[in-house]
Amino acid sequence: MASGTQTPAPPKPQGFLYSALILGWLVPGAGHLLTRHWIRALLLFLAISAMFFLGIAMQAKVYVPNTGDPLDMLGFAGDLGTGALYFLARIFSLGQSTVQLVTADYGTKFVVVAGLLNFVAAVDAHNLRIGRKV
Amino acid sequence: MLAPSHFTAVLLFASFASVVFAVTQRSTPRAMVRYGIYCWVLFVGSVIAASWLMWIVRR
Repeated sequence: MASGTQTPAPPKPQGFLYSALILGWLVPGAGHLLTRHWIRALLLFLAISAMFFLGIAMQAKVYVPNTGDPLDMLGFAGDLGTGALYFLARIFSLGQSTVQLVTADYGTKFVVVAGLLNFVAAVDAHNLRIGRKV
Repeated sequence: MLAPSHFTAVLLFASFASVVFAVTQRSTPRAMVRYGIYCWVLFVGSVIAASWLMWIVRR
């Protein structure tokens, strides 16, 4: 049976469709800023950045590409999720090349998970931008 | 160098991950708060349960 009410179609996004996705990946929360969700953007920025920098403060291992070890490649993919934070860590030589302490192991996981959470946040920003989510 | 205990690291991890899950998986502020608390309790609760399980296994 057809419904009597019709939901209005979401407005078509203007400009480059993937801008929120890319911006959200580069800077945590920036994709939500683009879609004018200020509080969400602030919460995501604080949570992901804090997780990343706490990991670095715990002497986290920052993964690099092309080590040949599959687990290192997965770690690199996770780290890369933090976008600009990862590149800053590489430029300023933050973190360690090997894990030597138990807390460094926690820190390594913090940095990898911060990256994975940032991927989730960037996809959410994209969904907000294209109107799939409100 | 920051050297938190295992449990402090768990609390920090659970808090930050729950915030991101809540913001990205729910649409209204009320639902976000409820889902964030739910995720936090699941994170911390499962760690405590696993810890007790390991303690029992070790005995």
